[in-house]
Order: sequence, then structure tokens, then C-alpha cells
Amino acid sequence: MNSNNSLAKSASALRWRSKPVVFLLLVLPFLFLLQQIFTGQLGPDPAEALSRQTGEWAIRMLFLTLLMTPLRRFTGKPLFVQQRRMIGLFAFFYALLHVLTFFWLYTAWQLSALLEEFVQRPYITVGLVAFIILCLLALTSSHAARRRLKRNWQRLHKFVYVAALLTVTHVWWQSRSDLTEAVVYAVILLLLMIARVPRINRAH
Amino acid sequence: MLIKKPSDIPTSEITSETTYFKRRSLLKSAGAIAGSAALFGCADGAASSASKPLGSSPQSPDTSEAAARLKYLPANKSMAASGLYTDETLTPEDDVKSYCNFYEFGTGKGDPKRYAHQMTTEPWSVLVDGAVGKPGKYGLEDLVKPHQLEERIYRFRCVEAWSMVVPWVGIPLASMIKQFEPTGSAKFVSFETLYRPDEMRGQRSAFGTIEWPYREGLRLDEAMHPLTLMVVGMYGKELPNQNGAPLRLMVPWKYGFKSIKSVVRIHFSEKQPATSWNILSPREYGFYSNVNPDVAHPRWSQATERRLPSTLLNQNRIATRPFNGYGDQVASLYSGMNLKRFF
Repeated sequence: MNSNNSLAKSASALRWRSKPVVFLLLVLPFLFLLQQIFTGQLGPDPAEALSRQTGEWAIRMLFLTLLMTPLRRFTGKPLFVQQRRMIGLFAFFYALLHVLTFFWLYTAWQLSALLEEFVQRPYITVGLVAFIILCLLALTSSHAARRRLKRNWQRLHKFVYVAALLTVTHVWWQSRSDLTEAVVYAVILLLLMIARVPRINRAH
Repeated sequence: MLIKKPSDIPTSEITSETTYFKRRSLLKSAGAIAGSAALFGCADGAASSASKPLGSSPQSPDTSEAAARLKYLPANKSMAASGLYTDETLTPEDDVKSYCNFYEFGTGKGDPKRYAHQMTTEPWSVLVDGAVGKPGKYGLEDLVKPHQLEERIYRFRCVEAWSMVVPWVGIPLASMIKQFEPTGSAKFVSFETLYRPDEMRGQRSAFGTIEWPYREGLRLDEAMHPLTLMVVGMYGKELPNQNGAPLRLMVPWKYGFKSIKSVVRIHFSEKQPATSWNILSPREYGFYSNVNPDVAHPRWSQATERRLPSTLLNQNRIATRPFNGYGDQVASLYSGMNLKRFF
């Protein structure tokens, strides 16, 4: 009993110690973006540079979030899932920066221009739908929301897979001629999904 | 990435005599104008005994800073009415050299500057074939030597809705074409970019969908238009590799992808040639691809453009003009055509 207790304590301590470390790691790309902005390193077309980089970080964070469940299953360490919510919130944060960058630098805060892009350009439509899903997930990410929504919370948060698929589609449809980047993202997402197949999990 | 401050520029413009004479000299090839008061440039290449062909061997990205200065007739205000000159602010040279679309070296804007030094541009020859009286393989020198180099200051509008203003140095394509003596059946001219996967990493991409070599084309009357330029330099110096050395096209009233880089073939035909982006996605890219704010591209609205350099606080967004502002000069080429259909 005593040893169980101390085990639980040290696991909890690890969780709380690791949180700030993970937080700092995930905030680094944002600091890097700020540094580029304030030292004028975004180049002659900062709109393109900023929207590309914020988009890339949003995808990376989303995939990282989806990696936590398989990591827990393969290693048996709950630590990974304990970090999942924060990583997911960072995915939302970078996606928010991405959307704000677009709204600011490409449509100059004109709602009508944004709506026009939303309606006329399918790659933007799917991107914005993915973002709306991430918004809903971020808004319902608290423990209180989880308790309130009960079983529906699980159902709602399964939509993260839809968001991931739409995000890859968003990249795929933007590829003008070379699909390498889109293929890499699609393969990563496929692997993340395969790692969730029940039989593969049971083997471990 | 290292961005040069304006104070650094003078150093980059200093070309030592040895470096200068080691490189092939356009001064010599364009020697016909030696002595003219209008000459620009810092050394007299006619004195050079080096007779290397035009172009350059593989070099590190930074040696392009030492690109040889060219001798040419500078553009001036009096040429504004004919579209050959504009007094709009020039895009800084470093921006033009570091922000490029040259998919043979990768799809990132910085990829061409990073990797284009791997391309050998010396020796360089251009295959001229099809409906011409003088077909054959022309060395770069033979194409450039007979002509006077001229400077043009053009707006450059990319289909991705950004634009620049660049001082190009080159030869009117019309003069070059006359040299080949096209026959009566020549109605179109097409061009091909170098295909050399060993040196062009984008051509090695497993998931690339462009069929190499890159191809572009013009109607013969578009090619013969005085605005259409075969470019060998910019900002008074030889073209950097990432901007399409040693020979590229510049058609200022069309979207940038029509202005094909690193040309190795010029073909004359009776039928409209296939062009790379049109093959890839005919719904998105037409053969003509004239700049037109009224025809939206499926990916980008074309109503406005970001004139580079833009900053976060000042996007420098301006209205896009029909034919990129060259309507007075070229609209007559398309009279009676439905430009929404022939986009």
C-alpha cells in the first residue's frame, strides 16, 4: 500500500514536473516566429512565410497530439496521455495563428473577402472546417466540460480524426505540382491511424 | 538566412579583375557598342583575351554576388510610353534573388537560391528547330553576340498574386528570332528548360507531377512583340542561376510562369504547343495566361497583388491591371478574343 502510494506520488510528480518542460518546448516555435518578425527575417513576402510556418506548426502539433495515445499503448506509460490535452491546445493555438494570419494578410480583415475565399476555394473550405472542429475541441477541453458532456464528450472529441483528415486534404489540394509534402503528411496520418487498430494494440 | 543590408551591397558589386576576366564576358559579345557614351559597366571586356562562352560553371551561391557587370543601353524615362520603362520602385536585388519559383530546384521560395548553384551553365547551347530556315545548335555566344543588350524595367506579376519590379538586361526576342529565319508556317514558338536531374533536384522528386522538361510557348506575334525580351542579366549583371541563367524569357504582360528560365530549346511550329502548367491542370492555367484581374484563378483571386517587398505593417497591396498594365501595348494582339475563354 505504501509503495503503491509513493509510486502514484512519483508519477504525479513526474507529470507536474514534465508539464512546464513540454509547455516550453511547444511554445518555442512561437518564439521563433516572433524572433523572425522582429528581426525582419520573414523575407520579402512575410504573408507567405508566416502563413506557411504557422500552418506547418499546426499540423505538426496536431500529429503530435495524435501520437500520444499510441505511445501510451506501446510503452504503457500514462505520462504521454497526460500531456495530450496541452499538446492539443497548442495545435489549436498554431491553427488560430494560421487562420488569423490569413484573415489579416490575405483578406485584410474583410469578412466578405474571407467568405468569398471560403466558398470559392475548396482547399480553404476544408481548412476552415478543420479549424472550426479544433475550436470546438479546445472549448470543451476542460475537466468541467468533460464532466458536463459525459458520453458525448468522447463522441465530440473523435472529430479530431476528421480535422486531421481535412488538414491533410488542405495541404494536398494546395500542392501545385509536387505532392511530396502532402504525401509525407498523409503517410504519417495513416501510420497514426494504423497504430490504433485494436489487434495491433493488443499485441502489446 | 542571411539578408544583406543595403550597406553591404557596394562590396558585392566589386568584381576583381581576375574574377572578371575568368568569367565569360558579355562586354565582349556585345562589343558592337563599345565606345558609346550610353555604356554602362565598370570594365572594358573588349580588352579581355578570355574567350569563354557565356554562362558560368558550378559555383557556390555566394559567388553570384560577384557576377560580371554587363554593358547595355540603359532604360530611361523616354521609354515609359512604350512600356519599356517604369519609374515604380525597384524590388531590391536581394529579394529578387532569394524569392523565386524555379520548381526544378524545389517548390519552396528559398529553394532556388539554395540549390541552383548546382546547375552548370557553361558551356550552354540552344537547339533551334522546327519551321526555321536556320535550324541548329547555337552556342550562347552566337545568340547574344550579334545583338545590342538593352535594359528594360518591367513589372513582374506572379500567378500567386505577388509582383516585383525588376531591371532586366537582354535582347528583344524578335531580333533573335529573325536570326533563325522562321518560315511562313511558323505560327508559334515554344521553349524548353534544361533537363538535368543530376543537377536539378526538383526533377528527381518522386512525387512531382510536372512532366520535365518544363515547356512554355507563345504565339509568333506575341514572341515578336517589342516587349518580349530574352534576358541574360538583371540589375546590370549576369543572371544568377536561380533567376534562370544564362538565358530566360520575359513576357511582362503574362503571369510569371510563362517567362521560362534556363532555355535550351526554341522550337517553331504551325500548331499551338503544349505548355507545362496547361498539361498539368488546363482548368487552372490557360495557354495565354495574360494577367487579368477579372479572371480568378481557382487558387488565388487575381484582383489584387502584393507588391514585394511587403511588410507585416504595410502589405503593399495594389490593384492588378489588365495585361499587367501593358494593355496599351499589347491589347491589340487579342482584339476580338474572349479573354475569359482564352485565359
